[in-house]
Amino acid sequence: MSLKIKALTKSIWVFHLAASPCNNCDIEILDLLTPRYDVERFGIQLVGSVRHADAILVTGSMNRKARQRLKRVIAQAAKPCFVIAIGNCSCSMEMFANSYNQMECLDNVSEVHAYIAGCPPKPEAMIQGVVALIQAQLAALKK
Amino acid sequence: MTPNRTQIIPIGPYHPLQEEPEFFKLHVEGEKVVKLDIEIGYNHRGIEKLAEGLTYDQVPFLVERVCGICSTSHPFACVNAIEDVGGFDIPERAKYIRTFVGELERIHSHLLWLGLAGHFLGYNTVWMWAWKYREPVLDCFELLTGNRNHYAMFKPGGVRRDFEDEDLPTAMRILDGLERPLLMFAKIAMADPVLQARLKNVGVLTYEDCVELGALGPTSRASGVPWDVRRDHPYAAYDLVEWDVVTTENGDVFDKVVVRVLEMLESVKICKQCLEKLREVRDGIDANYKEIPPGEGIGHHEAPRGEVFHYVRSDGSNRPIRYKIRAPSFMNVPTNNRAVVGYTVSDATITLAAIDPCYCCTERTIVVDADSGKQLMGWKELLRLSQEKTRKLMEKYKSRMDRVWI
Repeated sequence: MSLKIKALTKSIWVFHLAASPCNNCDIEILDLLTPRYDVERFGIQLVGSVRHADAILVTGSMNRKARQRLKRVIAQAAKPCFVIAIGNCSCSMEMFANSYNQMECLDNVSEVHAYIAGCPPKPEAMIQGVVALIQAQLAALKK
Repeated sequence: MTPNRTQIIPIGPYHPLQEEPEFFKLHVEGEKVVKLDIEIGYNHRGIEKLAEGLTYDQVPFLVERVCGICSTSHPFACVNAIEDVGGFDIPERAKYIRTFVGELERIHSHLLWLGLAGHFLGYNTVWMWAWKYREPVLDCFELLTGNRNHYAMFKPGGVRRDFEDEDLPTAMRILDGLERPLLMFAKIAMADPVLQARLKNVGVLTYEDCVELGALGPTSRASGVPWDVRRDHPYAAYDLVEWDVVTTENGDVFDKVVVRVLEMLESVKICKQCLEKLREVRDGIDANYKEIPPGEGIGHHEAPRGEVFHYVRSDGSNRPIRYKIRAPSFMNVPTNNRAVVGYTVSDATITLAAIDPCYCCTERTIVVDADSGKQLMGWKELLRLSQEKTRKLMEKYKSRMDRVWI
Protein backbone atom coordinates (compact mmCIF):
# COMPACT_ATOMS: atom_id res chain seq x y z
CA MET A 1 0.00 0.00 0.00
CA SER A 2 2.72 2.51 0.85
CA LEU A 3 4.38 2.02 -2.54
CA LYS A 4 1.08 2.65 -4.25
CA ILE A 5 0.52 5.84 -2.31
CA LYS A 6 4.02 7.01 -3.12
CA ALA A 7 3.33 6.35 -6.79
CA LEU A 8 0.02 8.21 -6.53
CA THR A 9 1.73 11.39 -5.40
CA LYS A 10 3.80 11.62 -8.60
CA SER A 11 1.17 12.58 -11.12
CA ILE A 12 -2.39 12.71 -9.92
CA TRP A 13 -5.13 11.91 -12.38
CA VAL A 14 -8.37 13.39 -11.18
CA PHE A 15 -12.00 12.57 -11.82
CA HIS A 16 -14.53 15.32 -11.38
CA LEU A 17 -17.71 14.28 -9.59
CA ALA A 18 -20.44 16.88 -9.47
CA ALA A 19 -23.01 16.18 -6.76
CA SER A 20 -25.68 18.89 -7.14
CA PRO A 21 -23.26 21.79 -7.34
CA CYS A 22 -23.99 25.31 -8.55
CA ASN A 23 -21.40 24.78 -11.32
CA ASN A 24 -19.01 27.36 -9.99
CA CYS A 25 -16.48 25.01 -8.43
CA ASP A 26 -16.77 22.83 -11.53
CA ILE A 27 -15.84 25.72 -13.75
CA GLU A 28 -12.94 26.65 -11.54
CA ILE A 29 -11.73 23.04 -11.79
CA LEU A 30 -11.89 23.27 -15.58
CA ASP A 31 -10.16 26.63 -15.28
CA LEU A 32 -7.20 24.81 -13.73
CA LEU A 33 -6.62 23.01 -17.02
CA THR A 34 -6.63 26.12 -19.19
CA PRO A 35 -3.59 28.22 -20.10
CA ARG A 36 -3.30 30.48 -17.09
CA TYR A 37 -3.05 27.77 -14.42
CA ASP A 38 -2.31 24.74 -16.60
CA VAL A 39 -1.96 22.04 -13.96
CA GLU A 40 -1.10 19.48 -16.60
CA ARG A 41 2.49 20.67 -16.26
CA PHE A 42 2.43 19.02 -12.80
CA GLY A 43 0.99 15.83 -14.28
CA ILE A 44 -2.49 16.54 -12.97
CA GLN A 45 -4.97 15.51 -15.63
CA LEU A 46 -8.75 15.26 -15.80
CA VAL A 47 -9.76 11.73 -16.83
CA GLY A 48 -13.01 10.47 -18.26
CA SER A 49 -13.48 7.36 -16.14
CA VAL A 50 -13.38 7.05 -12.40
CA ARG A 51 -11.49 3.76 -12.81
CA HIS A 52 -8.46 5.69 -14.08
CA ALA A 53 -8.56 8.23 -11.31
CA ASP A 54 -6.13 8.70 -8.42
CA ALA A 55 -8.23 11.40 -6.84
CA ILE A 56 -11.92 12.26 -6.99
CA LEU A 57 -12.85 15.92 -6.81
CA VAL A 58 -16.32 16.19 -5.29
CA THR A 59 -18.23 19.45 -5.65
CA GLY A 60 -21.68 20.34 -4.42
CA SER A 61 -23.85 19.42 -1.51
CA MET A 62 -25.24 16.04 -2.64
CA ASN A 63 -29.01 15.75 -2.91
CA ARG A 64 -31.05 12.57 -2.46
CA LYS A 65 -30.75 11.51 -6.06
CA ALA A 66 -27.07 12.30 -6.54
CA ARG A 67 -26.10 10.66 -3.24
CA GLN A 68 -26.76 7.07 -4.36
CA ARG A 69 -24.88 7.59 -7.63
CA LEU A 70 -22.01 9.25 -5.82
CA LYS A 71 -21.68 6.29 -3.47
CA ARG A 72 -21.54 3.92 -6.44
CA VAL A 73 -19.04 5.98 -8.39
CA ILE A 74 -16.71 6.25 -5.39
CA ALA A 75 -17.02 2.49 -4.86
CA GLN A 76 -16.03 1.91 -8.50
CA ALA A 77 -12.75 3.77 -8.15
CA ALA A 78 -9.54 1.76 -7.96
CA LYS A 79 -8.19 1.97 -4.42
CA PRO A 80 -6.24 3.70 -2.96
CA CYS A 81 -8.00 6.79 -4.19
CA PHE A 82 -8.12 10.22 -2.58
CA VAL A 83 -11.42 12.01 -2.15
CA ILE A 84 -11.09 15.78 -2.18
CA ALA A 85 -14.04 17.97 -1.16
CA ILE A 86 -14.01 21.18 -3.16
CA GLY A 87 -16.00 24.20 -2.10
CA ASN A 88 -18.02 25.01 1.00
CA CYS A 89 -20.99 22.93 -0.19
CA SER A 90 -19.16 19.63 -0.16
CA CYS A 91 -17.18 20.59 2.96
CA SER A 92 -20.14 21.58 5.12
CA MET A 93 -23.30 21.83 2.93
CA GLU A 94 -23.17 25.58 3.46
CA MET A 95 -26.54 27.30 3.03
CA PHE A 96 -28.22 24.16 1.70
CA ALA A 97 -27.94 22.35 5.03
CA ASN A 98 -31.62 23.03 5.80
CA SER A 99 -33.03 21.96 2.44
CA TYR A 100 -35.55 19.12 2.26
CA ASN A 101 -33.62 17.50 -0.55
CA GLN A 102 -30.25 17.27 1.18
CA MET A 103 -29.52 14.36 3.45
CA GLU A 104 -26.05 14.40 4.89
CA CYS A 105 -22.59 15.77 4.49
CA LEU A 106 -20.01 14.20 2.18
CA ASP A 107 -17.86 12.92 5.04
CA ASN A 108 -20.73 10.70 6.23
CA VAL A 109 -20.77 8.96 2.85
CA SER A 110 -17.09 8.53 2.20
CA GLU A 111 -13.71 9.20 3.77
CA VAL A 112 -12.50 12.65 2.74
CA HIS A 113 -8.76 13.26 2.48
CA ALA A 114 -8.72 16.98 1.86
CA TYR A 115 -11.14 19.86 2.29
CA ILE A 116 -10.73 22.93 0.11
CA ALA A 117 -13.07 25.64 1.36
CA GLY A 118 -14.27 28.68 -0.52
CA CYS A 119 -17.26 29.69 -2.56
CA PRO A 120 -15.80 28.93 -5.00
CA PRO A 121 -12.18 28.30 -3.97
CA LYS A 122 -9.74 30.12 -6.20
CA PRO A 123 -7.75 27.91 -8.57
CA GLU A 124 -4.62 28.76 -6.57
CA ALA A 125 -6.34 27.45 -3.43
CA MET A 126 -7.16 24.18 -5.17
CA ILE A 127 -3.54 23.72 -6.26
CA GLN A 128 -2.40 24.46 -2.73
CA GLY A 129 -4.90 21.97 -1.34
CA VAL A 130 -3.63 19.19 -3.57
CA VAL A 131 -0.02 20.05 -2.71
CA ALA A 132 -0.88 19.92 1.00
CA LEU A 133 -2.55 16.54 0.49
CA ILE A 134 0.54 15.12 -1.24
CA GLN A 135 2.83 16.47 1.45
CA ALA A 136 0.66 15.02 4.21
CA GLN A 137 0.62 11.61 2.54
CA LEU A 138 4.39 11.61 2.06
CA ALA A 139 4.95 12.70 5.65
CA ALA A 140 2.71 9.87 6.85
CA LEU A 141 4.74 7.40 4.80
CA LYS A 142 8.01 8.53 6.38
CA LYS A 143 6.79 7.88 9.91
CA MET B 1 -41.93 -11.18 -34.18
CA THR B 2 -39.91 -8.31 -35.56
CA PRO B 3 -36.86 -7.43 -33.50
CA ASN B 4 -36.76 -4.01 -31.90
CA ARG B 5 -34.38 -2.01 -34.03
CA THR B 6 -34.08 0.90 -31.67
CA GLN B 7 -31.12 0.89 -29.34
CA ILE B 8 -30.43 3.12 -26.38
CA ILE B 9 -27.23 5.07 -25.82
CA PRO B 10 -27.01 6.48 -22.32
CA ILE B 11 -25.10 9.73 -21.75
CA GLY B 12 -24.56 10.44 -18.08
CA PRO B 13 -25.37 11.06 -15.29
CA TYR B 14 -21.63 11.21 -14.67
CA HIS B 15 -20.14 11.64 -18.08
CA PRO B 16 -16.78 13.22 -18.87
CA LEU B 17 -18.41 15.61 -21.33
CA GLN B 18 -20.73 17.09 -18.75
CA GLU B 19 -19.76 19.32 -15.94
CA GLU B 20 -23.13 18.84 -14.28
CA PRO B 21 -24.91 15.57 -13.60
CA GLU B 22 -27.77 14.98 -16.01
CA PHE B 23 -28.92 11.94 -17.93
CA PHE B 24 -29.78 11.70 -21.62
CA LYS B 25 -31.17 8.56 -23.19
CA LEU B 26 -30.65 8.60 -26.94
CA HIS B 27 -32.87 6.14 -28.79
CA VAL B 28 -31.02 5.38 -32.01
CA GLU B 29 -31.63 3.43 -35.18
CA GLY B 30 -28.21 2.87 -36.65
CA GLU B 31 -26.56 6.29 -36.52
CA LYS B 32 -29.74 8.29 -36.45
CA VAL B 33 -31.34 9.62 -33.26
CA VAL B 34 -35.08 8.93 -33.26
CA LYS B 35 -36.03 9.86 -29.72
CA LEU B 36 -34.55 11.60 -26.73
CA ASP B 37 -35.30 11.15 -23.05
CA ILE B 38 -33.99 13.74 -20.65
CA GLU B 39 -33.75 12.86 -16.99
CA ILE B 40 -32.68 15.54 -14.56
CA GLY B 41 -32.99 15.96 -10.83
CA TYR B 42 -29.42 15.43 -9.73
CA ASN B 43 -29.11 19.08 -8.94
CA HIS B 44 -32.31 19.94 -7.14
CA ARG B 45 -31.54 21.70 -3.88
CA GLY B 46 -34.90 23.18 -2.93
CA ILE B 47 -33.86 26.81 -3.25
CA GLU B 48 -37.38 28.22 -3.54
CA LYS B 49 -38.29 26.66 -0.22
CA LEU B 50 -35.03 27.77 1.42
CA ALA B 51 -35.70 31.34 0.26
CA GLU B 52 -38.80 31.45 2.44
CA GLY B 53 -36.67 30.98 5.53
CA LEU B 54 -34.38 33.90 4.76
CA THR B 55 -34.75 37.65 5.06
CA TYR B 56 -34.90 39.89 1.99
CA ASP B 57 -31.27 40.87 2.51
CA GLN B 58 -30.18 37.23 2.53
CA VAL B 59 -32.22 35.99 -0.44
CA PRO B 60 -29.88 37.49 -3.12
CA PHE B 61 -27.01 35.49 -1.61
CA LEU B 62 -29.02 32.30 -1.83
CA VAL B 63 -30.31 32.78 -5.38
CA GLU B 64 -26.79 33.70 -6.44
CA ARG B 65 -25.97 30.09 -5.71
CA VAL B 66 -28.70 28.78 -7.99
CA CYS B 67 -26.09 28.79 -10.69
CA GLY B 68 -22.43 29.62 -10.68
CA ILE B 69 -22.12 30.61 -14.32
CA CYS B 70 -24.87 33.20 -14.36
CA SER B 71 -24.33 34.17 -10.75
CA THR B 72 -25.45 37.75 -11.30
CA SER B 73 -28.56 36.95 -13.30
CA HIS B 74 -30.51 35.45 -10.43
CA PRO B 75 -29.73 38.16 -7.85
CA PHE B 76 -30.46 40.72 -10.60
CA ALA B 77 -33.93 39.32 -11.20
CA CYS B 78 -34.37 38.84 -7.44
CA VAL B 79 -33.68 42.46 -6.52
CA ASN B 80 -35.85 43.59 -9.45
CA ALA B 81 -38.69 41.49 -8.02
CA ILE B 82 -38.24 42.75 -4.45
CA GLU B 83 -38.09 46.36 -5.66
CA ASP B 84 -41.21 45.72 -7.73
CA VAL B 85 -43.14 44.80 -4.56
CA GLY B 86 -42.74 48.27 -3.12
CA GLY B 87 -42.28 50.15 -6.41
CA PHE B 88 -38.86 51.33 -5.23
CA ASP B 89 -36.48 53.33 -7.36
CA ILE B 90 -32.72 53.06 -7.03
CA PRO B 91 -29.90 55.61 -7.54
CA GLU B 92 -28.61 56.01 -11.07
CA ARG B 93 -25.06 55.02 -10.11
CA ALA B 94 -26.33 51.72 -8.73
CA LYS B 95 -28.16 51.16 -12.02
CA TYR B 96 -24.96 51.58 -14.02
CA ILE B 97 -23.02 49.31 -11.67
CA ARG B 98 -25.71 46.63 -11.98
CA THR B 99 -25.73 46.88 -15.76
CA PHE B 100 -21.94 46.70 -15.90
CA VAL B 101 -21.78 43.57 -13.74
CA GLY B 102 -24.61 41.93 -15.70
CA GLU B 103 -22.98 42.57 -19.06
CA LEU B 104 -19.47 41.62 -17.98
CA GLU B 105 -20.98 38.36 -16.83
CA ARG B 106 -22.50 37.81 -20.26
CA ILE B 107 -19.01 38.11 -21.76
CA HIS B 108 -17.56 35.56 -19.34
CA SER B 109 -20.47 33.17 -19.78
CA HIS B 110 -20.44 33.29 -23.59
CA LEU B 111 -16.65 32.85 -23.69
CA LEU B 112 -17.05 29.88 -21.38
CA TRP B 113 -19.71 28.39 -23.65
CA LEU B 114 -17.60 29.02 -26.76
CA GLY B 115 -14.71 27.15 -25.16
CA LEU B 116 -16.88 24.23 -24.08
CA ALA B 117 -18.47 24.04 -27.53
CA GLY B 118 -14.98 23.79 -29.01
CA HIS B 119 -14.19 21.06 -26.50
CA PHE B 120 -17.34 19.12 -27.41
CA LEU B 121 -16.31 19.25 -31.06
CA GLY B 122 -12.84 17.95 -30.27
CA TYR B 123 -11.50 21.37 -31.10
CA ASN B 124 -9.52 21.92 -27.93
CA THR B 125 -7.60 24.88 -29.36
CA VAL B 126 -10.82 26.89 -29.31
CA TRP B 127 -11.41 25.79 -25.71
CA MET B 128 -7.98 26.90 -24.53
CA TRP B 129 -8.07 30.19 -26.41
CA ALA B 130 -11.57 31.12 -25.30
CA TRP B 131 -10.76 30.37 -21.67
CA LYS B 132 -7.45 32.21 -21.93
CA TYR B 133 -9.32 35.37 -22.91
CA ARG B 134 -11.91 34.73 -20.23
CA GLU B 135 -9.30 35.12 -17.48
CA PRO B 136 -8.92 38.92 -17.90
CA VAL B 137 -12.71 39.20 -17.49
CA LEU B 138 -12.51 37.31 -14.21
CA ASP B 139 -9.60 39.58 -13.18
CA CYS B 140 -11.84 42.55 -13.87
CA PHE B 141 -14.51 41.01 -11.62
CA GLU B 142 -12.00 40.35 -8.88
CA LEU B 143 -10.72 43.91 -9.12
CA LEU B 144 -14.14 45.55 -8.97
CA THR B 145 -16.25 43.19 -6.86
CA GLY B 146 -13.73 41.22 -4.81
CA ASN B 147 -14.43 37.72 -6.13
CA ARG B 148 -13.89 35.86 -9.38
CA ASN B 149 -17.38 34.33 -9.29
CA HIS B 150 -20.31 34.88 -6.93
CA TYR B 151 -19.81 38.61 -6.70
CA ALA B 152 -22.44 39.35 -4.03
CA MET B 153 -22.92 42.83 -5.48
CA PHE B 154 -26.68 43.11 -5.36
CA LYS B 155 -29.03 44.11 -2.58
CA PRO B 156 -32.61 45.32 -2.65
CA GLY B 157 -32.36 49.07 -3.13
CA GLY B 158 -28.94 49.26 -4.70
CA VAL B 159 -25.58 47.54 -4.75
CA ARG B 160 -23.40 46.43 -1.92
CA ARG B 161 -20.10 47.85 -3.02
CA ASP B 162 -19.05 50.93 -4.96
CA PHE B 163 -16.50 50.94 -7.78
CA GLU B 164 -13.36 52.89 -6.92
CA ASP B 165 -12.37 55.62 -9.37
CA GLU B 166 -8.79 54.39 -9.59
CA ASP B 167 -9.94 50.91 -10.70
CA LEU B 168 -11.93 52.18 -13.67
CA PRO B 169 -8.98 52.75 -16.07
CA THR B 170 -7.80 49.17 -15.46
CA ALA B 171 -11.28 47.85 -16.19
CA MET B 172 -11.40 49.97 -19.34
CA ARG B 173 -8.02 48.59 -20.43
CA ILE B 174 -9.24 45.01 -19.92
CA LEU B 175 -12.35 45.73 -22.02
CA ASP B 176 -10.23 47.32 -24.77
CA GLY B 177 -8.00 44.26 -24.76
CA LEU B 178 -11.05 42.02 -25.20
CA GLU B 179 -12.15 43.49 -28.51
CA ARG B 180 -9.32 42.06 -30.58
CA PRO B 181 -9.77 38.43 -29.45
CA LEU B 182 -13.56 38.73 -29.82
CA LEU B 183 -13.19 39.93 -33.40
CA MET B 184 -10.73 37.10 -33.92
CA PHE B 185 -13.34 34.60 -32.69
CA ALA B 186 -15.92 36.16 -35.00
CA LYS B 187 -13.50 35.74 -37.89
CA ILE B 188 -12.64 32.16 -36.92
CA ALA B 189 -16.31 31.23 -36.65
CA MET B 190 -17.09 32.71 -40.05
CA ALA B 191 -14.05 31.38 -41.92
CA ASP B 192 -13.03 28.08 -40.35
CA PRO B 193 -13.92 25.25 -42.76
CA VAL B 194 -14.10 22.62 -40.00
CA LEU B 195 -16.55 24.63 -37.90
CA GLN B 196 -18.60 25.37 -41.01
CA ALA B 197 -18.79 21.70 -41.90
CA ARG B 198 -19.61 20.59 -38.34
CA LEU B 199 -22.11 23.25 -37.37
CA LYS B 200 -23.93 24.47 -40.47
CA ASN B 201 -27.41 22.97 -40.80
CA VAL B 202 -26.97 20.90 -37.62
CA GLY B 203 -29.58 20.97 -34.88
CA VAL B 204 -31.85 23.34 -36.74
CA LEU B 205 -34.57 24.96 -34.68
CA THR B 206 -37.16 26.78 -36.75
CA TYR B 207 -38.86 30.07 -35.92
CA GLU B 208 -42.15 28.22 -35.34
CA ASP B 209 -40.51 25.70 -32.98
CA CYS B 210 -39.03 28.53 -30.94
CA VAL B 211 -42.32 30.35 -30.63
CA GLU B 212 -44.24 27.18 -29.85
CA LEU B 213 -41.82 25.94 -27.18
CA GLY B 214 -41.09 29.41 -25.86
CA ALA B 215 -37.35 29.23 -26.36
CA LEU B 216 -35.44 32.14 -24.88
CA GLY B 217 -32.20 34.01 -25.24
CA PRO B 218 -29.58 33.23 -27.89
CA THR B 219 -31.40 29.98 -28.68
CA SER B 220 -34.42 31.87 -30.00
CA ARG B 221 -32.47 34.85 -31.34
CA ALA B 222 -30.46 32.48 -33.56
CA SER B 223 -33.77 31.43 -35.13
CA GLY B 224 -34.77 35.00 -35.86
CA VAL B 225 -37.06 35.57 -32.84
CA PRO B 226 -36.05 39.02 -31.62
CA TRP B 227 -36.96 38.59 -27.95
CA ASP B 228 -34.77 40.36 -25.48
CA VAL B 229 -36.18 41.46 -22.15
CA ARG B 230 -33.45 44.11 -21.81
CA ARG B 231 -35.07 45.97 -24.71
CA ASP B 232 -38.69 44.87 -24.33
CA HIS B 233 -39.00 45.60 -20.62
CA PRO B 234 -36.03 47.79 -19.68
CA TYR B 235 -34.68 47.73 -16.15
CA ALA B 236 -31.49 49.04 -14.52
CA ALA B 237 -29.64 51.20 -17.07
CA TYR B 238 -30.45 49.29 -20.24
CA ASP B 239 -32.61 52.13 -21.55
CA LEU B 240 -29.86 54.65 -20.79
CA VAL B 241 -27.16 53.06 -22.94
CA GLU B 242 -27.01 52.29 -26.64
CA TRP B 243 -26.89 48.73 -27.92
CA ASP B 244 -28.55 46.40 -30.41
CA VAL B 245 -30.34 43.07 -30.22
CA VAL B 246 -28.44 40.50 -32.30
CA THR B 247 -30.50 38.05 -34.35
CA THR B 248 -29.71 35.59 -37.12
CA GLU B 249 -32.05 33.58 -39.33
CA ASN B 250 -31.02 29.94 -39.74
CA GLY B 251 -31.45 28.51 -36.23
CA ASP B 252 -28.64 25.96 -36.55
CA VAL B 253 -25.76 25.52 -34.13
CA PHE B 254 -23.53 27.71 -36.29
CA ASP B 255 -25.90 30.64 -35.92
CA LYS B 256 -25.99 30.16 -32.17
CA VAL B 257 -22.21 30.57 -32.14
CA VAL B 258 -22.48 33.71 -34.27
CA VAL B 259 -25.19 35.24 -32.07
CA ARG B 260 -23.14 34.70 -28.95
CA VAL B 261 -19.92 36.11 -30.41
CA LEU B 262 -21.72 39.22 -31.68
CA GLU B 263 -23.54 39.60 -28.36
CA MET B 264 -20.21 39.70 -26.56
CA LEU B 265 -19.17 42.67 -28.72
CA GLU B 266 -22.45 44.40 -27.81
CA SER B 267 -21.75 43.69 -24.13
CA VAL B 268 -18.31 45.27 -24.39
CA LYS B 269 -20.02 48.33 -25.87
CA ILE B 270 -22.51 48.51 -22.97
CA CYS B 271 -19.80 47.99 -20.34
CA LYS B 272 -17.70 50.83 -21.77
CA GLN B 273 -20.65 53.22 -21.75
CA CYS B 274 -21.36 52.28 -18.13
CA LEU B 275 -17.75 52.96 -17.12
CA GLU B 276 -17.87 56.36 -18.85
CA LYS B 277 -21.07 57.25 -17.00
CA LEU B 278 -19.71 56.05 -13.67
CA ARG B 279 -17.08 58.79 -13.82
CA GLU B 280 -19.82 61.45 -13.74
CA VAL B 281 -22.84 60.01 -11.97
CA ARG B 282 -22.38 60.17 -8.20
CA ASP B 283 -25.71 59.87 -6.43
CA GLY B 284 -24.89 57.08 -4.02
CA ILE B 285 -25.25 53.34 -4.44
CA ASP B 286 -27.99 52.46 -1.99
CA ALA B 287 -31.53 53.78 -1.53
CA ASN B 288 -31.67 52.22 1.98
CA TYR B 289 -35.17 50.80 1.99
CA LYS B 290 -36.05 49.36 5.37
CA GLU B 291 -39.54 47.95 4.94
CA ILE B 292 -40.98 45.76 2.22
CA PRO B 293 -44.76 46.33 2.05
CA PRO B 294 -47.24 43.45 1.54
CA GLY B 295 -47.80 42.54 -2.09
CA GLU B 296 -46.44 40.73 -5.10
CA GLY B 297 -43.53 41.51 -7.37
CA ILE B 298 -41.92 40.16 -10.49
CA GLY B 299 -38.40 40.65 -11.78
CA HIS B 300 -36.73 39.90 -15.09
CA HIS B 301 -33.19 39.80 -16.27
CA GLU B 302 -31.87 38.74 -19.66
CA ALA B 303 -29.31 36.21 -18.46
CA PRO B 304 -26.67 34.92 -20.89
CA ARG B 305 -29.00 31.97 -21.59
CA GLY B 306 -32.28 33.84 -21.81
CA GLU B 307 -34.81 35.52 -19.61
CA VAL B 308 -34.67 34.78 -15.89
CA PHE B 309 -37.96 35.36 -14.13
CA HIS B 310 -38.44 35.73 -10.39
CA TYR B 311 -41.64 36.14 -8.45
CA VAL B 312 -41.91 37.14 -4.82
CA ARG B 313 -44.90 37.51 -2.51
CA SER B 314 -44.58 39.52 0.65
CA ASP B 315 -46.88 39.75 3.68
CA GLY B 316 -45.17 42.77 5.14
CA SER B 317 -42.74 40.81 7.30
CA ASN B 318 -39.00 40.61 6.63
CA ARG B 319 -39.22 37.32 4.73
CA PRO B 320 -40.92 36.34 1.46
CA ILE B 321 -43.85 33.94 1.92
CA ARG B 322 -43.52 32.56 -1.60
CA TYR B 323 -40.57 32.66 -3.91
CA LYS B 324 -40.62 31.37 -7.48
CA ILE B 325 -37.82 31.11 -10.01
CA ARG B 326 -38.05 30.34 -13.69
CA ALA B 327 -34.69 29.89 -15.35
CA PRO B 328 -34.18 30.10 -19.14
CA SER B 329 -32.95 26.51 -19.48
CA PHE B 330 -36.35 25.35 -18.23
CA MET B 331 -37.77 26.63 -21.51
CA ASN B 332 -34.75 25.81 -23.66
CA VAL B 333 -34.12 22.18 -22.66
CA PRO B 334 -37.36 20.85 -24.28
CA THR B 335 -36.24 22.33 -27.63
CA ASN B 336 -33.61 19.56 -27.68
CA ASN B 337 -36.43 17.20 -28.55
CA ARG B 338 -36.86 19.04 -31.87
CA ALA B 339 -33.21 19.92 -32.48
CA VAL B 340 -31.54 16.57 -31.79
CA VAL B 341 -34.03 14.19 -33.37
CA GLY B 342 -33.18 13.29 -36.96
CA TYR B 343 -29.47 14.00 -36.74
CA THR B 344 -26.61 11.59 -36.09
CA VAL B 345 -25.31 10.58 -32.68
CA SER B 346 -22.04 12.44 -33.25
CA ASP B 347 -23.98 15.67 -33.67
CA ALA B 348 -26.04 15.07 -30.53
CA THR B 349 -23.52 16.38 -27.99
CA ILE B 350 -22.94 19.70 -29.70
CA THR B 351 -26.66 20.16 -30.27
CA LEU B 352 -27.44 19.38 -26.64
CA ALA B 353 -24.76 21.87 -25.64
CA ALA B 354 -25.83 24.54 -28.14
CA ILE B 355 -28.64 25.84 -25.96
CA ASP B 356 -26.03 26.37 -23.22
CA PRO B 357 -28.08 24.32 -20.79
CA CYS B 358 -27.83 25.01 -17.09
CA TYR B 359 -29.40 22.21 -15.13
CA CYS B 360 -28.76 23.60 -11.69
CA CYS B 361 -31.03 26.50 -12.65
CA THR B 362 -33.69 24.25 -14.04
CA GLU B 363 -34.26 21.50 -11.52
CA ARG B 364 -37.77 21.12 -10.19
CA THR B 365 -39.26 18.46 -7.99
CA ILE B 366 -42.42 16.77 -9.10
CA VAL B 367 -43.19 13.15 -8.28
CA VAL B 368 -45.61 11.58 -10.71
CA ASP B 369 -47.23 8.17 -10.72
CA ALA B 370 -46.08 6.64 -14.03
CA ASP B 371 -49.30 4.73 -14.66
CA SER B 372 -51.97 7.27 -13.94
CA GLY B 373 -49.89 10.41 -14.56
CA LYS B 374 -51.14 11.82 -11.28
CA GLN B 375 -48.97 14.14 -9.26
CA LEU B 376 -47.94 12.46 -6.03
CA MET B 377 -45.83 15.00 -4.27
CA GLY B 378 -47.30 18.46 -4.09
CA TRP B 379 -46.47 21.52 -2.11
CA LYS B 380 -47.93 20.09 1.12
CA GLU B 381 -45.80 16.95 0.94
CA LEU B 382 -42.69 19.01 0.32
CA LEU B 383 -43.54 21.13 3.33
CA ARG B 384 -43.96 17.98 5.38
CA LEU B 385 -40.58 16.64 4.19
CA SER B 386 -38.94 19.90 5.12
CA GLN B 387 -40.51 20.03 8.55
CA GLU B 388 -39.65 16.38 9.19
CA LYS B 389 -36.03 17.09 8.43
CA THR B 390 -35.93 19.97 10.88
CA ARG B 391 -37.45 17.73 13.57
CA LYS B 392 -34.82 15.07 12.90
CA LEU B 393 -32.05 17.63 13.07
CA MET B 394 -33.45 19.00 16.31
CA GLU B 395 -33.25 15.55 17.86
CA LYS B 396 -29.76 15.03 16.53
CA TYR B 397 -28.46 18.32 17.87
CA LYS B 398 -30.53 18.28 21.05
CA SER B 399 -27.58 18.80 23.35
CA ARG B 400 -26.31 21.70 21.26
CA MET B 401 -29.76 23.25 20.79
CA ASP B 402 -30.15 23.67 24.54
CA ARG B 403 -27.02 25.72 24.60
CA VAL B 404 -28.14 27.83 21.68
CA TRP B 405 -31.55 28.71 23.02
CA ILE B 406 -30.78 29.31 26.68
